[in-house]
Amino acid sequence: MLLIPCPYCGARAENEFGYGGEAHKVRPETPENLSDGQWADYVFMQKNTKGTYHERWVHSQGCRRWFNVIRDTLTNEIQAVYEMGETPPEVDTKTYL
Amino acid sequence: MKSRYSIFSLARNALSYHEKWPQAWRSPEPKKSYDAVIVGGGGHGLVTAYYLAKEHGLTNIAVIEKGWLGGGNTGRNTTIVRSNYMWDESAALYEHSLKLWEKMSKELNYNVMFSQRGVLNLAHTLNEVRITKRRINANRLNGIDSEWIEPEQVKEWIPLIDLRAKGRYPVFGGSLQRRGGTARHDAVAWGYARAADALGVDIIQQCAVEGFDIEDGEVKGVRTSKGTIQTKKVGIVVAGHAGVIANMAGFKLPINSRPLQALVSEPVKPCVHCVVMSGAVHAYISQSDKGELVIGAGADSYNGYSQWGSNPVTEDTLAAICELYPMFRRMRMMRQWGGVVDISPDASPIMGLSPVKGMYLNCGWGTGGFKATPGSGHIFADTMAHDRPHPIAEPFALDRFKTGFLVDEHAAAGVAH
Repeated sequence: MLLIPCPYCGARAENEFGYGGEAHKVRPETPENLSDGQWADYVFMQKNTKGTYHERWVHSQGCRRWFNVIRDTLTNEIQAVYEMGETPPEVDTKTYL
Repeated sequence: MKSRYSIFSLARNALSYHEKWPQAWRSPEPKKSYDAVIVGGGGHGLVTAYYLAKEHGLTNIAVIEKGWLGGGNTGRNTTIVRSNYMWDESAALYEHSLKLWEKMSKELNYNVMFSQRGVLNLAHTLNEVRITKRRINANRLNGIDSEWIEPEQVKEWIPLIDLRAKGRYPVFGGSLQRRGGTARHDAVAWGYARAADALGVDIIQQCAVEGFDIEDGEVKGVRTSKGTIQTKKVGIVVAGHAGVIANMAGFKLPINSRPLQALVSEPVKPCVHCVVMSGAVHAYISQSDKGELVIGAGADSYNGYSQWGSNPVTEDTLAAICELYPMFRRMRMMRQWGGVVDISPDASPIMGLSPVKGMYLNCGWGTGGFKATPGSGHIFADTMAHDRPHPIAEPFALDRFKTGFLVDEHAAAGVAH
């Protein structure tokens, strides 16, 4: 069970939250000019990092607000939490084979 | 030449107290170069190597494995084998595989304990009844055995179940595939390893991939913890770590890796005679030959490589199991574990060519890869040998995420998750 520090409510159990996947994927500015390949890249392709991963969560059973989490996907250590639109804080980037 | 396993070899070895059985496969050091390298020594990878050697004459090949054979999802799943998938594309793939399961033990001279005890998929709502009947019709049109059974028949198959409509999960019937069942997962890995080794395949364990040598979009070699291996063909068959390997090769995959959990109980007398799956409540149950109840839970809702899994998932599954089978409320669980599964957006595998020439993909099996082990390897070996997708693999190409022709099996097949 993860204890996720919601920036608005404090630490809460993981089943109060919903998962929004990879963070900082920028929605294409001119969608009408995109090829199918570029759409596929935006919609489907994932970094799916083993290690430090920037992801989005929503506190759906609490304040219902979205925020970003930096989590190590192997150890589940939460390295940082920050608000939507903020620049990600510097963390020790971990990667594994 | 391998000695054949038989009643006679068993008797002969009994005389020497079973201390003189020959090794089942060699553990060679990697050569400088191979005609093909399979990354991943799980079931799918070993079957691929076996068929490359057996049907395509490629014997100068290696299977490299970071850990030990079958130590990943091959040894961590709930061993359910069935082929009652709804769409034609999936039906072709899984039925091809089921037919290979039926002759596997004989072909490998290795008892994989494939037991066609029947797989029951329960329907708990009227909507599920409708979709299950639709799937049964689709299965039968594809020549796959599948039948609707009423609640009373469910009770005959699994007398412990609580069918009461006033319960939390009333049972309105279900689909039954009599040819489905379970197998011994370790034996599948070991049997194929032994057979591939006999054909000259080098199986190299404790050898992690660290990168690839790629020139002009073409693969030239694999960098491993045991040195660089030159090769022009690389098959990526690494399940949960497919994304990690793809990143090394410089491309991304539409895959999220998540832990999928399973549990086993203390061993008890025979009480569950078939496999019972309940997609709606994320609870699968069967009984191993040792007597343990083998319970499959859902995948985590967030990415992870921890091979452990999240507690709320286990709790939900066990809550449902206790509602459906009240007798199991006092059962003690012995072990719980997770396997890192590679979940694709449409819950169908990704097989075929990759953006790098000479590199082939076999991943995205998500929560249901074990049942496909022999078929997947058979089709993938053909794909690698001929540098084009096998006809059954064609709909499962990575390109489908560009064209939009997804094979959406999330709900259609009663595939949970």
